[in-house]
Amino acid sequence: MSMNLLRFIRRRSGSAPVARERLQILLAHERGLRSQPDLLGILREEILAVVSRHVVLDPEKVVVRMDRGKSVSTLEVDIELPNGFEKQLAVAS
Amino acid sequence: MAKVLVVTSGKGGVGKTTSTAALGAALAQQGEKVVVVDFDVGLRNLDLIMGAERRVVFDLINVVQGVAKLSQALIRDKRLENLWLLPASQTRDKDALTDEGVRLVIEDLRTKFDWVLCDSPAGIERGATLAMRYADEAVIVANPEVSSVRDADRIIGMLDSKTAKAEKGEQVKKHVLITRYDTGRATRGEMLNIDDILEILATPLLGIIPESQDVLRASNVGSPVTLNNAASTPARAYADAARRLNGESVAMIVPAERKSFMGRLLGRRAA
Repeated sequence: MSMNLLRFIRRRSGSAPVARERLQILLAHERGLRSQPDLLGILREEILAVVSRHVVLDPEKVVVRMDRGKSVSTLEVDIELPNGFEKQLAVAS
Repeated sequence: MAKVLVVTSGKGGVGKTTSTAALGAALAQQGEKVVVVDFDVGLRNLDLIMGAERRVVFDLINVVQGVAKLSQALIRDKRLENLWLLPASQTRDKDALTDEGVRLVIEDLRTKFDWVLCDSPAGIERGATLAMRYADEAVIVANPEVSSVRDADRIIGMLDSKTAKAEKGEQVKKHVLITRYDTGRATRGEMLNIDDILEILATPLLGIIPESQDVLRASNVGSPVTLNNAASTPARAYADAARRLNGESVAMIVPAERKSFMGRLLGRRAA
């Protein structure tokens, strides 16, 4: 009987509500990604193409990152340029 | 007009094969001519659950590759004369299936049966996408558990984008089948309940199959649970689900928890 009583007290604090909330947050995020097939991949490709028109760069050194916040998300583009790229620019033009 | 139905889930071990066999047998018991098709190439198991493992001669791959005729590969159930099985290959791998080959076999099956039930392999790879490719309807099997619900959501997304129907701008009719449900635990807040799952997946409910020892008992002896013990709670739940597939409106019964008097006193569930 004491087990039953304990269970009754614990009844309100089952873990299912946690499961539901975690799923809702996760799936909202994953569905967003699904409708935008590899948005980051596309952005990275296009940014790389534009910058490469003017500067010689290592494709490995282009990092595109997205950070999803509650109200705003940020897009971070990190491009590492080799030293002396201005000279290459001058030659190109 | 034949209907092609895929039984799918994303996650493994949630009850796709059990549900394919049980729904197929229930539809056949209700007078429909049914074939259950195993798409799990390399890891076939529908033959075992149907109790036909020693009668497999030719398989789906043989038919797709033109080695055998469809009529040679189809196995007629020994208990129900309008229930048939098309087994998967155990020795080949899933790359032996081609989109065009599957299309032709499904088209052929459509002319011979009322229902074509495709038992999908787990995962989201080629085998799973081919199993759903030519489906008109889909049963998404899910357990009341986070990883299963997440994968079910993923599969729903694929049904809406990667099927032949979706590519034509039509919709695969989707149903969620919740298996291994424990009403007591859900009521106590220990397990996702039906409303939680339906709200998250936003897909209509086909049925609720309770967690039950009858399911293992049926698979032990190689009989769909709807045939092995038609009076058991999972069998009745599957039979109701099959009627709903056929367009009947059957009241949704949430399987009740059976408790003995002593069990109640001790706070334990009856076996």
